Amino acid sequence: MEPSVVTEAVTWQGTGLLSATVLLPLAGAIFIALFLRERRLVRGFALVVITVDLLLSLLVFALYDSSEGGYQLVDRFANWIPFLKAEYHLGVDGISAPLVLLAGLLGAAAVWASWHIEERAKEYFMWLLVLQTAVMGVFTSLDFLLFFIFWELELVPMFFLISVWGSGRREYSAMKFLIFTLTGSAFMLVGILVLYFSAGTFSIVELTATAEAAKLLIPAGLVFAFLFVGFAIKLPVWPLHTWLPDAHTDAPTAVSVMLAGVLLKMGGYGIIRINVAMFPDVTRDIAWLLATLGVINVLYGAMVTLRQTDLKRLVAFSSISHMGYVLLGVASLGTVGLTGAALQMFTHGTITGLLFLLVGLVYDKAHTRHIGDLGGLASRMPFVASVFLVAGLASLGLPGLSGFVAEVLVFLGAFPVWGLATVLGAFGIVVAAGYILWMIQRCFFGPARERFAHIGDATLVEMIPVVALVAAIVVVGVYPRILTDVLTTGVSEILTASFGLG
Amino acid sequence: MSWREVSLILPEVGVIGLGVLMVLADLVLPRKGWLVVLAVAGLMVLGGITIGAWVGGEAETAFFGTLRVDQFSHFFRILILGIVALVILASVDYVSHFERFQGEYYGLLLFSAGGMMFLASASELISIYLALELTTLPLAALAAFLRGDRSTEAGIKLLLLSALSSALLLYGMVLIYGFTGTTHLGAIATAVQGVAGEGLRSGGYPLLLGMVLLVAGFGFKVSAVPFQMWVPDVYQGAPTPITAYLSVASKAAGFAVLLRVFYVAFGQFDVNWGGIFAVLSVLSMTVGNLAAVAQRDIKRMLAYSTIAHGGYLLVGVAAIASGAPGPTGPTGVLFYLGAYALTNLAAFFVVIAASRSLGSDQIQEYAGLARRAPLLAACLAFALVSLTGIPPTAGFMAKVFIFGAAVNSGLVWLAVAGVVNSVLSAYYYMRVIRAMYFAPPSSNERVPSSLAFRIALGVSTVGVLALGLAPGPLMDVADQAASLLRAGG
Repeated sequence: MEPSVVTEAVTWQGTGLLSATVLLPLAGAIFIALFLRERRLVRGFALVVITVDLLLSLLVFALYDSSEGGYQLVDRFANWIPFLKAEYHLGVDGISAPLVLLAGLLGAAAVWASWHIEERAKEYFMWLLVLQTAVMGVFTSLDFLLFFIFWELELVPMFFLISVWGSGRREYSAMKFLIFTLTGSAFMLVGILVLYFSAGTFSIVELTATAEAAKLLIPAGLVFAFLFVGFAIKLPVWPLHTWLPDAHTDAPTAVSVMLAGVLLKMGGYGIIRINVAMFPDVTRDIAWLLATLGVINVLYGAMVTLRQTDLKRLVAFSSISHMGYVLLGVASLGTVGLTGAALQMFTHGTITGLLFLLVGLVYDKAHTRHIGDLGGLASRMPFVASVFLVAGLASLGLPGLSGFVAEVLVFLGAFPVWGLATVLGAFGIVVAAGYILWMIQRCFFGPARERFAHIGDATLVEMIPVVALVAAIVVVGVYPRILTDVLTTGVSEILTASFGLG
Repeated sequence: MSWREVSLILPEVGVIGLGVLMVLADLVLPRKGWLVVLAVAGLMVLGGITIGAWVGGEAETAFFGTLRVDQFSHFFRILILGIVALVILASVDYVSHFERFQGEYYGLLLFSAGGMMFLASASELISIYLALELTTLPLAALAAFLRGDRSTEAGIKLLLLSALSSALLLYGMVLIYGFTGTTHLGAIATAVQGVAGEGLRSGGYPLLLGMVLLVAGFGFKVSAVPFQMWVPDVYQGAPTPITAYLSVASKAAGFAVLLRVFYVAFGQFDVNWGGIFAVLSVLSMTVGNLAAVAQRDIKRMLAYSTIAHGGYLLVGVAAIASGAPGPTGPTGVLFYLGAYALTNLAAFFVVIAASRSLGSDQIQEYAGLARRAPLLAACLAFALVSLTGIPPTAGFMAKVFIFGAAVNSGLVWLAVAGVVNSVLSAYYYMRVIRAMYFAPPSSNERVPSSLAFRIALGVSTVGVLALGLAPGPLMDVADQAASLLRAGG
C-alpha cells in the first residue's frame, strides 16, 4: 500500500483576525503562566488581553458584511491532521458573528468583575483566559473535530474555577458540571464520528450540505439524537438541566457570568448550526418535540424560579426558563422565529450576565444572597438598585430593552406553527414579571435595615462592566436591527440551503 | 544463520548486549550514574539504527521464517526502546537508594525489553512463546526487587500467573499446530482459509478451541477482564518504575503479538473472532473503571485504569477493518499505544517522585501537592486529563482515533460503550486532581527530583501535548506500520 503521507504544499488562507480573536486569550494565559507572578501585574495583564480581545471581537462583528452573507473572515490551514482530513478552519456567519461579540463582551465583563480576586489570582486569571479561548473557538470553528476540541477545552477551566474559587458545595457542583457535560459530549463525539465516516469529512460547511443525503451508518434520527444530547445538556433542556442551578450557585461571580452568558449559548448555537442545518428532515419531524420541550423549559423554569430564596439560584432558574424560548424559536423553523431564537441567545447573555454581576455585587457587600435577609438596599446602593431594576425589566421583556425584541420575534415566528405552545410559552413572561419584580421588591425596597447601614454602592471599577452591559441592552432594545440584520442573514441561509425556504 | 539475518535483529541483540554490559559495568564503575548515561546513549543509538532500517528497508524474514522484520516490528521496536529509555531515566532517583544490584536492575529491564522487541517480530508460534518467556521472567524478578512482603508477593504472582497463561497459550498453540500442521503464521492463514462453513462443523472445533485458548493466554498479557486479577496486586507491590514499565511496555508488546497473530494467521478466517474481543473490550473497560472508582491507593487506581485502557485498546482489535478508507482498528491500536505510553508514563513518573517524598501511595496524601510541587502536580493533572480523553492531549486524539475505527467498522455500539466509559473514568481521575489542587497541603516540604527524572517527565509530558495538537505524523506512521500487517507473514 502507498504511504499516505500527504506531501502537498502547506496552505494557509485568511487574514488571521479570527485566529487572533480566538487564540489571543490563550497566549495571554501562557504568558502569565511563564512570566508573571505578582497579583496586580497578572490582573492588569489579563485586563489588557481581554480588552484587546473585546476590541477584536467588535472588529469581527463590524467587518462581517451581512449583505454579502456566507462565511467570512475565514482562516484555514488545510494540513492540520492530514490523515483524518481534519483542518484548522475558522469563520463566522450571520449567526456566529453576534455570538463572537457576545463572548468578547462578557469575557471582558467577567475579567473586570474579578478585580477583587485575591486567592491564587494567577491561576484564576489564567483559567478565565483559557475559557475565553474555548468559547470563542466553539463559535468560530468550521471543522467538527476542531469544534469538539474547543467544546471540551472549556471543561477543565470551569472545573477549576468552580472548585477553587466557588462557594458552598463547590466541589460537588464542579464535578456534577463536569460529568454532565462530559456525558453529553461523549455522545456528541460518537455522532461526529458517524458523520465523519459516513460523509468522509469533518468540515461543518460540507456536512451541512451533504450530511442528510449521505448514507449514514446508523439512522439519521439516532445521529441527530447523539448530537442533540450534547447541546441539550449545555442549553440546558429539561430534564437534563439539573447541573445548572448547582454550578451557577456555587461558581464565583465572573464564572456565573460566563456560564449563563456564553456557555449556555454554545448549546443553542450547536442546535442551530449542527442539528437544524445538517438534519432538516429530522428537525421537521421532531419540531413538535422541540416546541414541547421549549414550553416545558419556559414554564417549569419559571415556576421553580418563583420558589427560590437564593438570589443566584433564582437567576439561574430564570435562565432555564429563558432558554426555553430558544427552543421554541428553533421549532418554528421560520426566519422570524429562528432570528428570535438567535437574538434571544444574545440578549439573554447580556441580561443574565448583568444580573449575575449585580448579584455578585450585592453578595460582596451584604455578605448574603438569601432574599429573606435582604431588604431596603436601594437607599444604600442606589446605582446597583437602579441597574438591577433595568436588568430585571429587560429580563421580563419590557419594550425598549433587548429582551422584548427577542421574545416578540420568537412568539411571532412560533405562533403560526405552534399556536398552543406559543400561548403557553407567553405565559412564562407573566410569571417572569412576578418573580423579577417580587425579588427586586424584597431585596431593594422596603424599610432600610440596620445591619446594612455601612455598606456602600458599587465602586468605579465595578461600574465599568455593568455600564457596558446596560449599554448593550439598551442599544439592542432601541435599535435591534444592529443585530437582526446580521442574524436574519445567517438564519435565512440555513433555511434556504437546508429547508428550501426563502 | 547469515550476517544479513543477524543485522536484521541488531536492535534486539543490541538491547540484550546492553543489558549484559550493565551487569558487568556495575562491577567496575565507581559512580553508578554512568550506568544510566551508558544505557540511554546505547538505546538512542539502537533507536537510530531502527529508524534507519525503517526508512531504508523492505519487510524481510529471517531464521527460517521465525522472525519477520517489517515496519510493524520497527514501530514496536522504537516504541519499546523509547519506553525503556524513559523508564531508566525516571528510575535514577528510585534506584540510587539501592545498596546493591543497580546494574542488575537496569540489566533486567533491558533483557525484558529485548524479549518484547522479539515479540513484535516473531511470526511463528514457538518463537512467540520463547519471546514471551524472555519478556516475563526478568519482569517477575524486577517486581520482586524490593524484597519486601508486597514486592515479593507481586513477583511471585506475576511469575505464577504468567506461567498459567503461558500454559494456556501453549495448549492453544498445540491445538492449532495439530490442526494446521504448521507453526508459521502465514502458513496457518493458508491452512485455515479452506476451513469454513462445512469444514468447521466437521472437526474444526479444535481450531476454535485453540483460538479461544490463545485469546485467554494473550488476555493475561494485556490484562483484559476476566484475566486481570493479577494486575492490581502486582502493580501495587512492584517498584513504581517497574509498574510504569509493566503498564505500558508489556501492554504494547502484548498487543503487538495479539495483532500479528490474529490479523495475519486468522485475518482471512471466516469466523467472527472480532466479536470475542468486542465482549472482552466492554468487560475490561467497565470492570476496570468501576473498580478504579473505589480505590484509595493511586497505584492500584492506575492499575485498574490500565485495565480499562486495555479495554479501549481492544476496541481497535475488535474493529476488523471493513475496507473503508480512514482509520482501521490496528492503526488505531498502534496510535493509542503510542499516546497511552507517553501519558501513562508521565502519570507514573509523578507518582514515583511524589510517593517517595510523601512516603505513601494514598490519594489523600496527594492533598495540596500543587503547592508543594507545582510542576509535578501540573504534569500529573495533564496526564490525568489525557487519560480521561479531554483535549488538547494525546489521550483525546487516541480515543477519537480508536473509537473512530470502531464506527468505521460498523461497531457504533462499541464506540458508545467506550465513550460512556470514559465519562465514568473522569470521576476517579478528577478526584486526584481535586486532592492536588483543592485540598490544603499537609506540609510545605518541596519534592526533590533529579535532572534525569525531569528529562523523562518533560519528554513524556511534552509528547502528550504535541500528540494532542498535531497527531498527524504519528497517525501516518502507525498507518504504515499497520498496513503491512495484512500483507501476510
